[in-house]
Amino acid sequence: MDRRRFLAAATGLAAGSMAGCGGCGGSKDTRPVLKILSSFPRTGSAQGQTDTIVNGIKMAIEDFGGEVAGHRIDYVDADDATASSGKWEAAAEAKNARDAVADDDVMVFIGPYNSGAAKVSMPILNEGGVLQISPAATWPGLTKKQPGDTTGEPEVYRPAKRVTFCRVCPTDDVQGPLSADFVKETLTAKKVYILHDNELYGDGIAGLFEARCRAIGLEILGGGRRPIVHTQTSFREITEQVRALNPDMVYFGGTTQTAAGKLVKDLRASRVTCPVMVPDGCYEQAFLDSASAQDLANVYATIGGTDPSMLKGKGKEFVEKYKAKYTKEPEAYAVYGYEAAAVFLAAAKKVGRKDREAILKACLETKDFEGGVVGKWSFDADGDTTLQQLTISKVEGGKFVPQKTVDKK
Amino acid sequence: MTPLFAADPAAAFGQFVLIGLVSGLLYALIALGYTMVYGIVELINFAHGDLFMLGCFLSLEVCLLVGARTQSEAGTPAGLAAVALMLVAAPLFCAALNVAVDRAVYKPLRTAPKLAPLVSAIGVSFVFMGVGLFWKGATDVTFPDLLGPRVTDPAAAPPEPANLLDGTGLRFTFKDLMVVLVTLPTMAALTLFVRYTTLGKAMRATAQNPTAAQLMGINVDRVIAATFALGGALAGVGSVVYSLYFNTVNYQMGFQNGVYAFTAAVLGGIGNIPGAVLGGIMIGLVKTLGGAYIGSEWSEALIFAILVVVLIFRPNGLLGARTREKV
Repeated sequence: MDRRRFLAAATGLAAGSMAGCGGCGGSKDTRPVLKILSSFPRTGSAQGQTDTIVNGIKMAIEDFGGEVAGHRIDYVDADDATASSGKWEAAAEAKNARDAVADDDVMVFIGPYNSGAAKVSMPILNEGGVLQISPAATWPGLTKKQPGDTTGEPEVYRPAKRVTFCRVCPTDDVQGPLSADFVKETLTAKKVYILHDNELYGDGIAGLFEARCRAIGLEILGGGRRPIVHTQTSFREITEQVRALNPDMVYFGGTTQTAAGKLVKDLRASRVTCPVMVPDGCYEQAFLDSASAQDLANVYATIGGTDPSMLKGKGKEFVEKYKAKYTKEPEAYAVYGYEAAAVFLAAAKKVGRKDREAILKACLETKDFEGGVVGKWSFDADGDTTLQQLTISKVEGGKFVPQKTVDKK
Repeated sequence: MTPLFAADPAAAFGQFVLIGLVSGLLYALIALGYTMVYGIVELINFAHGDLFMLGCFLSLEVCLLVGARTQSEAGTPAGLAAVALMLVAAPLFCAALNVAVDRAVYKPLRTAPKLAPLVSAIGVSFVFMGVGLFWKGATDVTFPDLLGPRVTDPAAAPPEPANLLDGTGLRFTFKDLMVVLVTLPTMAALTLFVRYTTLGKAMRATAQNPTAAQLMGINVDRVIAATFALGGALAGVGSVVYSLYFNTVNYQMGFQNGVYAFTAAVLGGIGNIPGAVLGGIMIGLVKTLGGAYIGSEWSEALIFAILVVVLIFRPNGLLGARTREKV
C-alpha cells in the first residue's frame, strides 16, 4: 500500500510539473513553447520508415534553429503502434490525437503513416481544430471524394465542416494510374495479374491500378484483383494459379508488412519470372531485406515524388546532410517528414504568435512553397500537394534504381 | 470466383495436391509435439508454435555463424555444414527449452486445476514471441535458400531448380523431396519408439494412468520431461525443414503454424500420433485446394468448418476413438 501511494504521489508530482510549469522551474529557458506532436508506428515492422521520417522532422526543426518568432519548438515523438501487434492500433492513434487536442501548446499533429490510422485521428483533430499534416498517408479518399464511394468520404473526417488535414506526399490516385501506364508503355505488358492484401491502402491502390488497366486496354487475368491473406505461411496455391495464367506482369497492392517479400518469393518458387510491381508501401530497405537479391531481380517499386538519390539543389543538400548525420541513406519518406515540419514552421513564422487557428489557416493557404527539399509546390483546396509525381524504380543488386519519373497529366 | 486455368486443369490440380501434401507434412511435424504432450499430461502447450519459431531463428543464426548467408552458398561446404549443424542444434535447443519451461512453469502446476497450466502456456507463448521480437526484429527475415540451385550471378534471375517429375506437367523439387525425406522417417521412428522401447512403454503407461504407472515403479516426472524433450526436438526438426523450405522467418510465424498444427492434432484425435499426421495432411490439402478453388480468403474458415463438422460426428477426432491409448 505504501509503495502504491508513493507511486501515485510521484506520478502526480511529475504530471503537475509537466502541465503547470512548461518552461519555468528548473529550466532557465523562459521562452514560450510551440509543440509539434507526431504520431507514427514507432515500434514494429514500419519502424525503418518512421525513423527516417522522424529524422526528417528533427532536421527541419534544427534548420529553423529550434525556434520561431521567439517560441521554442518542442517535439513529441508519439507512437501509434504497440509492441505486441507490431503495427498501428486505432486506440493508440486516437489517444495521440486527443493528447494533441488537449495540450494547448500543440500547434500541429504530424502524421500518421498509415491511411487507416488517418481515418481514426482525422475527425478528432478536425473537431479539436488542430492542424494535421501527414507525410505518408496516401489514400486519396482522405481528402477527395472517390468515384463510386458510398462511405461519405472525405466529409466523414471533417465533422467541423472544414479542412484541417493536409499532406505533403503525392496520393495513390497518381501512383495507381501512372503505374498502369508504365506497365503498358515501358514493360509492354498485355496481360496482368493483380493481387492485394485486403487492407485499405493495398486494396485501394490495387483498385486504382486495375481501373486504369481496364481503361487503357490491358487484360486482367483471373477476372479481377484477388486478395491474399498476408498472415498465411505460404501463398503457393495463389502463385501456382498465377503461373498457370502466364501473365506478362504481376502487381501487388500491399506493403512490406503485409508480406510483399514472401509473396515475391513464392511467385519465384512457382516459376513466375515476369516483372512484379509493388507500390510505395514496399519502397523501403525492409522490403529489400525481406527477399533475396535474386528473387527481387525483376521487381519494380513506385514512390510518390522522387527517389532521394534523384533530388537536386536543396534536396541534394538534405540527403548529404542526412547521410553525414545519421550515417545511412535516407529512406524515401525522409523528405516528406522534413517537408511536413518545414511547411508548418514556415506558417508559424509568418503568423509569429502562438495561435492554433491562425497557424492552421496560414499553413493551408501555403502557395508556391520552396522552403522544403522536394521543390516548389502549393496546397490545393482539399489540402493536397500540387506536386503530384511518380518515380518508378527497379530493384538491382539489392537497391532501388530509379528508372523514370512521370508527372500527373 | 473459381479461377480460370489457361493450361491443363488436371496438371494444376495435381500440383495443388503436391503442395498441399508437402505443407501438410510440415504441419504434422509440429502437430506431433502438441499431441505427445497432450497425451501424457493433458496440457495443450500453446507455446509449442512459438518454440518452433525460436527454432527457426536459431537455425538462421547457425547459417550466419557458418557464413552461409545467401543462395550462393547452396551446395558449398559452408552451406552443407550449416544444414547439418542446424539439424543438430535446433532440435537440441528446442528440446532443452521445452524441458526447461516444463520444469519452471508447468511442473509446479501439475496438480493445479487444468486451466492454470493452460493459461500459463499462453503466457509462455507471448514470452517466446517477445524474445523472438527482440532477437530478429519485427519484419520478415530472409532465410538463405541453401537447398535451392546454387546462384553464381547474384544480379541474374535465380536458376531453375531441377524438377524431379519432369515431363509429367508437375513440379517436385529437391526441396519438396527433402520435406518428405525428413518428416516421414521422423514420424515412423517416433511411432516405433513409442511402441517398442522401454521409455515408449513408460510413456504409454503414464498416459493411461499416471498414478498406476508410478505404483509400477515408473518415474513419472522423468517420463514427462522426456516427452517435452521429444516434442521440442520435433519442433526443432520442423523448424529446420520449414525454414529451408519457405525461406522466410518472422517472430509471429509461430502463432499461425501453431494454430494449424493444433487443429491438425485435434482433427486427427489429440494424443494420437498417426492421427496428427493424418490431420496435418488434411489441413495442408484443405488449405491449398480451398485457397486455389474457392479463394484463399476462405481457406482458414474452411479448415475450421471441417474441424467442427468432424468433431460433431467424431468428437474424439478422426482416429481418436479407435485407439484407447493416448500416445
